[in-house]
Amino acid sequence: MNSLSLIRNFPLFPDQASTVADKVDGLFFFITAVSVFFSVLVVAFIFYFFIKYRRRSPDEVPRPIEGSNKLEITWTVIPFGIAMLMFVGGAYVYFTMARPPRDTMDIYVVGKQWMWKIQHPEGNREINELHVPVNTSIRLTMTTEDVLHSFYIPDFRIKQDVVPGRYTTMWFKATKPGKYHIFCAEYCGTNHSGMIGTVYVMEPSEYEAWLSGGAAEGSLASQGQKVFQDLACNTCHRSDAQGRGPVLDGIFGKSVQLQNGQTLVADESYLRESILNPNAKTVAGFQPIMPTFQGQVSEEQLLQLIAYIKSLGAQGGQQQQGSINTPAQSNARPTSVPTTASQANRGGAPNSNTTSTGAGANQTGTPARQGNRQQ
Amino acid sequence: MIDAARIDDGVAVVPPKDNYINRAYSIKSWLLTKDHKRIAILYLITITFFFFLGGAFAVMIRLELLTPHSDLVQPETYNKFFTMHGVVMVFLFLIPSVPATLGNFLVPIMIGAKDLAFPKINLLSWYILVVGAAFILYAVVAGGVDTGWTFYTPYSSTYSNSYVMAAAIGVFITGFSSILTGLNFIVTIHTMRAPGMTWYRLPLFIWSHYATSLIMVLGTPVIAVTILLVGLERVFRVGIFDPAIGGDPILFQHLFWFYSHPAVYIMLLPGMGVISELIAAFSRKNIFGYKFVAFASLGIAIYGFLVWGHHMFTSGQSIYGSLIFSFLSYFVAIPSAIKVFNWTATLYRGSISYDTPMLYALGFIGFFLIGGTTGLFLAAIGLDIHVHDTYFVVAHFHYVMVGGTVMAYLGGLHYWWPKLTGRMYPEGWARLSALIIFVGFNLTFFPQFILGYMGMPRRYAAYPDDPIWQMLNVFSTAGASILGAGYLLPMIYLPWSMRYGKYAPANPWGATGLEWQTSSPPPTENFEETPIVTWEPYEYRPREEKVVVNKILPTD
Repeated sequence: MNSLSLIRNFPLFPDQASTVADKVDGLFFFITAVSVFFSVLVVAFIFYFFIKYRRRSPDEVPRPIEGSNKLEITWTVIPFGIAMLMFVGGAYVYFTMARPPRDTMDIYVVGKQWMWKIQHPEGNREINELHVPVNTSIRLTMTTEDVLHSFYIPDFRIKQDVVPGRYTTMWFKATKPGKYHIFCAEYCGTNHSGMIGTVYVMEPSEYEAWLSGGAAEGSLASQGQKVFQDLACNTCHRSDAQGRGPVLDGIFGKSVQLQNGQTLVADESYLRESILNPNAKTVAGFQPIMPTFQGQVSEEQLLQLIAYIKSLGAQGGQQQQGSINTPAQSNARPTSVPTTASQANRGGAPNSNTTSTGAGANQTGTPARQGNRQQ
Repeated sequence: MIDAARIDDGVAVVPPKDNYINRAYSIKSWLLTKDHKRIAILYLITITFFFFLGGAFAVMIRLELLTPHSDLVQPETYNKFFTMHGVVMVFLFLIPSVPATLGNFLVPIMIGAKDLAFPKINLLSWYILVVGAAFILYAVVAGGVDTGWTFYTPYSSTYSNSYVMAAAIGVFITGFSSILTGLNFIVTIHTMRAPGMTWYRLPLFIWSHYATSLIMVLGTPVIAVTILLVGLERVFRVGIFDPAIGGDPILFQHLFWFYSHPAVYIMLLPGMGVISELIAAFSRKNIFGYKFVAFASLGIAIYGFLVWGHHMFTSGQSIYGSLIFSFLSYFVAIPSAIKVFNWTATLYRGSISYDTPMLYALGFIGFFLIGGTTGLFLAAIGLDIHVHDTYFVVAHFHYVMVGGTVMAYLGGLHYWWPKLTGRMYPEGWARLSALIIFVGFNLTFFPQFILGYMGMPRRYAAYPDDPIWQMLNVFSTAGASILGAGYLLPMIYLPWSMRYGKYAPANPWGATGLEWQTSSPPPTENFEETPIVTWEPYEYRPREEKVVVNKILPTD
């Protein structure tokens, strides 16, 4: 499915800057060729008939012609066969897009009217800009704080709606260093057309240099660890299997047995749901006692928490290193106001965009039960 | 046997003494009429108004996009323009367009009936449309709606500060108008066909209206309920679609497209029915593969209900769900292809004239080829991911909806204009306007395919400052002004012809079909005596064969 190199520089055609771009364009040219062929054929017949059989006298009436089943079957079966080729081609390209390779670099995206907030695993944050290394598979895990958005990079030929209340993912491997448009493709209100940005595809060395320039707050996982401790998650989710909640070390990507007998894989969406709506899918062997954290953690903090939980699985050494960073705060948690605080926070949910990871008033909603236990 | 192809040339045509128009002149006689023909005229006036209102919004959209920056109006205002363009055009023009005007006028006449089965309900459905339209107009005048015609949640149900409820109530109400029209057509076609008018003798116009009516009756309640749910969430904060209060925004998309994809066929199928009539009449041939074309309409109506998920390939629905919807979407392409092939084959050995309606039919096929084949691009999931929500989609559905439906509507309006009004339209002006529309339309919408593939998202008040993007947008705006001129011409010469046009004979085209056997315009009862149908549809035959045929036919 290689397209002509001529096309690559044709001004009316978008740049081909990712590994799927070629495939999408190949499909595009195939369907274009079939469509043009059949359209020209039909139009040629029509014009030929229009001229050949034009009316010669006002009261001329031609002889009727019966239909032909053979013809009908021919022009049903042949287009159907060709249509199935298109279907298979479309499905093939789609599966390439929808299934990320195993070794992806994860970057997190939060949409908000009208900006894209991006967090790198190393802790770098950016708005409306996305810096990535060339020839590296990048997986974006995305959500939004308010309405639907859609993350679209035309030169990569990829697009994925970003949906409030859940994670959607997309992946790409950029093939050419350069600057590319990011558009919000799902209408999201007044400044929809201003929700645009730029992807900077960089050589790996440049990317490393860029990374080292930011990240004042430590890696995403260590930021997550801080949130984890601020919310006192560690009182129940302990690593020694003595806690009231499941051990989280190594849980990411593993299958989990639920109380109702089902099993599922603990992916980003499950972790997210378990934080916001813990009793929906309780793990077997545990009581449904965890309170909801809806309204107490922002979308960005949720992603940090998930990055932290992921890191627990990846290498055991990480949590010790992290805990050195913020020992004082995690122990300084006050016993606190019972669950009413969490409800008070829910009302303002759509725009409560708390980016601070410090112990603020909004995080005092830790239920008494947990706090008591800590003491 | 109809003596088709006999045009009363040279004989002074006099209008029938008693017809549905001159029966009474008071306003009341129009507003309280139960005559399906008069109701059709009421619809015609109503939707013409909304066509130009929707068109005015389109003008504003195209003017804003002349330059990359959002400089003519505020982005907020631009968002209201494209929303109201969509809402007005879809719900107040395209959906009622062919069925409520030409369908209302012709369905009873074509099957040899005196009226629709429920004349009062027919009048009621016009009033319902007017009431719904009043709500939508209120939303427009009060300050507009900015949700897009798709009303996607949670934007529409939680975030938008515009007049969503007024517009939603308007859409909700107009839905009942189309449900009642559909119901009326179904009952009429089943029970009121003239003696001898078997199902396979029905004109294809009737078949396509029958298929359309099924969608209207089965699909429209779903959109009504969906809009009701949006209202519940917006006003009473019942969590249905907004995840912040426990809802699911994707659920809205499923419900919305479950109706709105079939609604595409509500808009298109009647137009296809018109094209079948035009092709037959102006080539004086029976439609090649009549039964295939008839069942293709039903096939489209049924498959149309199974493909809604192809609007949601990027929404985050299951990838296997997308796979199935893609597969089924290719099924719906086949009946459409069958129709085009059969129309083409009908022309073979015909006697083809180039009258205005035929030019529109030709334009329809050209546009539908482009609109239909670009649907193949969008049904291929991997490709749709790239072009979804871009100008490629905008161009695609305008080729189908405007290039298809509006061309068929105008073609049909010209073809049956003598029957509607008793006058001929001016042929030269009409051909000129058809040509202008064809050129203007292509110039407007073809560049949008290129823009879309380059990545320009739809619903953008401003776009990147790229000279090529601007050039394509300038082409599109230039085309739109030509297109606008093309649409204004019939607005001038058609009303003009009602007073100054030549009187139309009963059968100016020499066409078959019961509507051409009654006077132009027809009497209120449509026929002086109930016709008895003894011939096949589109039975055109050379004169020398007619003598033979006549021998076996009963004489009256």
